[in-house]
Amino acid sequence: MTTHILDEDFQPYQWLSEFSQQMPAGRDGAAASFIGTMRDYNDEATVRTMTLEHYPAMTQRYLEQLEKQAKTDWPLNDCLIVHRVGEVFPGEAIVLIGCWSAHRRAALDACNWLIEELKYKAPFWKKEQNQSGERWVESNTDGL
Amino acid sequence: MSIQVKFFASLRESLGQSETTVERASTVSEVWDLATQSATPPNNLLVAVNLDYANMQSQVNDGDEVAFFPPVTGG
Repeated sequence: MTTHILDEDFQPYQWLSEFSQQMPAGRDGAAASFIGTMRDYNDEATVRTMTLEHYPAMTQRYLEQLEKQAKTDWPLNDCLIVHRVGEVFPGEAIVLIGCWSAHRRAALDACNWLIEELKYKAPFWKKEQNQSGERWVESNTDGL
Repeated sequence: MSIQVKFFASLRESLGQSETTVERASTVSEVWDLATQSATPPNNLLVAVNLDYANMQSQVNDGDEVAFFPPVTGG
């Protein structure tokens, strides 16, 4: 299983290290990764904590579908997706995506596609807690 | 006939319910009307039938699970 939904803090660089150590030495010429972490601000407001809700059965299935599609569309040797749910604090990782391939273009493009697909289609929702209360995040930023 | 209905995130809070069951619906739109007493659906409403994205015109069958939710914001 290379798709994981976790309800507690995780160390993305440790996950990348441990996951890649299990791969055959010399197989991959490229590794690309994306790590999304929680900021302590959003829309000029200070954010204290955030709660990530999801639709458990659909998120697991959808992330597995994304991974399968990425492996179909690009010559990837391996792929790793990790996503947090529950209460998240500033500085903690929210999402990790890793892609391994023989050459850089496949790993880079697949990683980029995976995070964009995940952000706009995987059924997760963020609720921020700040000084004035709490609010649902209504849309993603455009990534710029 | 029985269809399981779920609501998530801000939609769950605004409707005041997380799940319910409806009888005798043939489309997602009918499921919405029965489950919400014909509340006006939000413009950006998303829907899934049996864990796959669908739309308000999608057909539903006995035993299906229909989920309604706002735009997703993960990652």
